[in-house]
Amino acid sequence: MNRIEKLFEEKKSSILNIYFTAGFPNLTDTVTIIKSLEENGVDLIELGIPYSDPLADGTTIQESGNIAIGNGMSLKVLFEQLKDLRKESQIPIILMGYLNQVMQFGVEKFIKKCKEVDIDGLILPDLPVDVYEAEFKSLISSNDLSISFLVTPQTSDERIEQIDANSSGFVYVVSDSSITGGKSGISSQQIEYFKRLNNKSWKNPRLIGFGISDAQTFNTACTYANGAIIGSAFIKALKKGGDDVTQTCKTFVESIRN
Amino acid sequence: MTYNIDDKGYYGKFGGAFIPEMLHANVEELKQQYISIMNEPSFQADFQNLLKDYVGRPTPLYFAKRLSEKYKAKIYLKREDLCHTGAHKVNNTIGQILMAQRLGKTRIIAETGAGQHGVATATVCALMGMECIVYMGAVDIKRQAPNVMRMKMLGAEVRPAESGSKTLKDATNEAIRDWISNPKETHYIIGSVVGPHPYPDMVAKFQSVISEEIKWQLQEKENTPNPDYVFACVGGGSNAAGAFYHYLDEPNVKLISVEAAGMGINSGESAATSVLGTLGIIHGSKTLLMQTEDGQIIEPYSISAGLDYPGIGPMHAHLIDSKRAQTFSVTDQEALDAALDLSRIEGIIPALETAHALHALSLIDFEPNDIVVLNLSGRGDKDLQTYISNYDL
Ligand SMILES: Cc1ncc(COP(=O)(O)O)c(C=O)c1O
Repeated sequence: MNRIEKLFEEKKSSILNIYFTAGFPNLTDTVTIIKSLEENGVDLIELGIPYSDPLADGTTIQESGNIAIGNGMSLKVLFEQLKDLRKESQIPIILMGYLNQVMQFGVEKFIKKCKEVDIDGLILPDLPVDVYEAEFKSLISSNDLSISFLVTPQTSDERIEQIDANSSGFVYVVSDSSITGGKSGISSQQIEYFKRLNNKSWKNPRLIGFGISDAQTFNTACTYANGAIIGSAFIKALKKGGDDVTQTCKTFVESIRN
Repeated sequence: MTYNIDDKGYYGKFGGAFIPEMLHANVEELKQQYISIMNEPSFQADFQNLLKDYVGRPTPLYFAKRLSEKYKAKIYLKREDLCHTGAHKVNNTIGQILMAQRLGKTRIIAETGAGQHGVATATVCALMGMECIVYMGAVDIKRQAPNVMRMKMLGAEVRPAESGSKTLKDATNEAIRDWISNPKETHYIIGSVVGPHPYPDMVAKFQSVISEEIKWQLQEKENTPNPDYVFACVGGGSNAAGAFYHYLDEPNVKLISVEAAGMGINSGESAATSVLGTLGIIHGSKTLLMQTEDGQIIEPYSISAGLDYPGIGPMHAHLIDSKRAQTFSVTDQEALDAALDLSRIEGIIPALETAHALHALSLIDFEPNDIVVLNLSGRGDKDLQTYISNYDL
């Protein structure tokens, strides 16, 4: 059982998952940010591998990715940075990236490295289920990694079943038809969609992401799922907070968990 | 070996649909329906009528006498430049707007590089009374100013893409993000044989009218439907896909695709994907693309906005990989010279994209009786500014 599965076994609600881009704002901030988020009571971290062309992301995450790439971040550098992480931190970590980066690194080598640095899960939004089954599935399960697929307001019931069946750890509920960092606030239409999902039977717990930006949206999301994921709002805070990332982490998490 | 799409949406190992879940419902709907909609008699009737009376098809297959004398072969130009709006792009937008109507969509988005696809999309949206938003790289908005004006006059909104190299790749990213955010009412009219399955196949089928016409036109003129060579420039590859389509399984017809080398293949300022590209994923398709070791997409460069793309449609990746097509990479300067040359000896000012293919005529030793068809994908009006600032006239 990996750390994600353990987390969801022990904790059923108000799970806070924070996304940030590896190598942002500075190349060597990655581990510092992970540790401060953990110290401040974050449950789960989604670590973004910066990509030149992130189709599902809005300008905030795009820009942080460009800066991180400019800083010299790459998968190779990231694995090097995470090498000794588990001596200092036990927070569950998910790597999020686009399939092309993994392909170029080599799928088997990538999974092996994830295991080596003791990462717990993956999110690859442009990995199709059939390619997952052919090239990833057995590698992922034999290395005790989780993988979360996404569900959106457009996802059909039949497909939801397929996504739940193929996911492990949790299913990622995209809150709205949007890219990351979209409008703030949760509409009644979105609530209807969350309720519709909750009326189904699920194998996996669920986290809601996209457009979750503050205590209010976090709390609302937590009423309809096991927790929520905050990304762009935290990246914005890092950008504004300057070099003292430890302080930014503390202030930001407090503002969500108040 | 087949060169056409298989039932999983691949050309050999290239193609597929590598898309985030947010696009799945729309792409799946299209995949389920595009073939049956295209086969409906009413669709075919509308499509054929518009191609004939609105686009002006069939476009002539013109025997270029002086060009033939120069290259010592029988050279025919397929005059896509005479299509309404000035390039082959409109064949696809007519097909896709009819498709969008049948899918019940009311809002159209598109990306554009040279602006030809943007103009062709704005045109069909005006024709059908649909809302039209065109994403265009900020750099391209500057270098293709006349086409920006045309889109605006046609009632489209042109939105600048400010990320990356601010060219075609970035405009495509923005269009995809728009589609993610507006999944219900919007259809995305992709302008080339790129993107997730079924786009490459659907666009190729709409453009295949080009080689369908070449076949009977050549039969009339040369008593054979098959030339020895077909030349076309390749950005994403839609005009080439159309010109090659009915010849894919005719091994005696040599297929020549011509891409942009920019300042030179190894200059660092190039869009020569067939040489510099490796297998990867771009805009939802597994294909050849220019990328770093880490899988970051490299910003391409070409003087020609329509060829300034770091990838290539999966059909072409397969044609290159299987050696069915031969590829040449042509520099900015060679294309500029070829454009001036065609203007002076045939009285036809070609698009800069097409000029790349024209230069490639000088790279093959023809037999005197060789029949060569070059797809003249577009006219040069949009490029006058670039031409004038580069020639000493
Ligand atoms: C005249 C012309 N030819 C060729 C192209 C390249 O596109 P494709 O490779 O899809 O034909 C363009 C693109 O804008 C164009 O305008």
